[in-house]
Amino acid sequence: MKTESVLEKMLISGNLAVTSECGPPRGAVPEKVRQKAELLRGYVDAVNVTDNQTAMVRMSSFAAAVILRQLGIHPILQMVTRDRNRLAMQSDIIGAYSHDINTMMCLSGDHPQFGDHPMAASVHDIDSIQFVQMVKKMRDEGKFQGGADIENAPKMFIGAAANPFADPFELRVARLAKKIAAGADFIQTQCIYNLDKFEKWMEGVRNRGLHEKCYILAGVTPIKTVGMARYMKNKVPGMDVPQAVVDRMAGVPKEKQAEEGIKICVETIERLKQVKGVAGFHIMAIEWEQKVAEIVKRAGLYPRPDIGI
Amino acid sequence: MITAERKPLEEIIEYIRPFQKILLVGCNECVTVCAAGGRKEVGILSSLLQMSFLKQGKNLQIREHTLERQCDPEYIEELTNLIDGVDAILSMACGCGVQEISRRFRDKPVFPAVNTKFMGASERQGVWAERCQGCGDCLLGITGGICPISRCSKQLMNGPCGGSTKGKCEINPDVDCAWQLIWDRLKALGLEDRYERIIPAKDWRPGRGAGPRKIIREDLAE
Repeated sequence: MKTESVLEKMLISGNLAVTSECGPPRGAVPEKVRQKAELLRGYVDAVNVTDNQTAMVRMSSFAAAVILRQLGIHPILQMVTRDRNRLAMQSDIIGAYSHDINTMMCLSGDHPQFGDHPMAASVHDIDSIQFVQMVKKMRDEGKFQGGADIENAPKMFIGAAANPFADPFELRVARLAKKIAAGADFIQTQCIYNLDKFEKWMEGVRNRGLHEKCYILAGVTPIKTVGMARYMKNKVPGMDVPQAVVDRMAGVPKEKQAEEGIKICVETIERLKQVKGVAGFHIMAIEWEQKVAEIVKRAGLYPRPDIGI
Repeated sequence: MITAERKPLEEIIEYIRPFQKILLVGCNECVTVCAAGGRKEVGILSSLLQMSFLKQGKNLQIREHTLERQCDPEYIEELTNLIDGVDAILSMACGCGVQEISRRFRDKPVFPAVNTKFMGASERQGVWAERCQGCGDCLLGITGGICPISRCSKQLMNGPCGGSTKGKCEINPDVDCAWQLIWDRLKALGLEDRYERIIPAKDWRPGRGAGPRKIIREDLAE
């Protein structure tokens, strides 16, 4: 064990881990964080708390993660390089660790152009791989990025993202290898709809033994409507939604589309369970957290294994 | 080169509205090449301003001159013969030129007529694109001759983000993904292995990190 992270414990136990996410609210409404978190309690091992996702200002991921921690839910602190330089990131990391937050995701973040502050300057002092290196150095060497010693170094279980569906595809395994070499302990992938492509990527991952150096959590997102399927297929860069998925959603009446989306999600998880090297699932039910419990149950991932946490 | 674009005419008009006699100064270097502030553009802007003020019943006097280089005090001296009786100076050079003029002529208001954009190259006739941010510690030797600092929207130093699509950047399909270009180039050179070497966090001090920069060449400095 590198850390006290519950997610790390679950992954080491060999059980399929389940994570989900909680997008903080756009305002000082802590009760909304609590409501979302309560929907997930008991159904997932840890909950990602997103950091100004889609480049829109939200309650800080650190603050929302503390609220989760106070509820006894294990947060995964997301942090993006877009909004903070290395000083701010490291101070937030030791701050978070001081609040018993021991698991985090190191990301570059959506470009401000996609959000509601397109006029903002991006920071990008370091990139996501250098970010992983920095958190590892803090943990394993007890040193700040600048080289000075840290008093009671934060022991973070380090996560990073991977998108097997972005281009150039042939580079995507190498990029994962680079993140692992930098120090990533676990990976959460982009939402998977194109299973064939994901399996091909995993084959490349296994050929290099990367699945034995890092835990890979497969990302899934239930689709609510055919409109959402089309939007993700056509408008979201780096998303790969096959036409067959859109057609399947379009093939059922509107009032049954949500159920069809859940079905697709559960079937996806079932198929991904067969893929060697998949260590768990990251269920991103965007503003649809109330469905996570159902997905977890129907996918045979409930009850969560008792590993004595 | 340093690229620039002329400011909107309305903005320039507002700057010089209070004045009667203007010295309009172009530059023969970068802004001439990118067709923003050379001799030709000085002539055009001069006519536009005179016409515009004439419509408002004002006879604006403009003295035109284009310097070899506005960022060099040696050439700025040429203006001393033209400055008498001038109320204000309008510069069509990059920000460096504007500042050199205002440093030399402390009692004259100086206004920029262009917006200085970036260090770039000509992609084709009439199109210029950013190529360098002057980070002060060039990475091109390890990135296949393509700069991720200036050409990746997220300034990623270790590979493409998850938004790279068909060779294009997620923020704009007209922008090439720098890491697609780097990868293609490394492959063409048989240097794919180089991709997996991690480029460590950058020291920004040679860039803007240590404040305004200066180069002092002891062998040349007087």
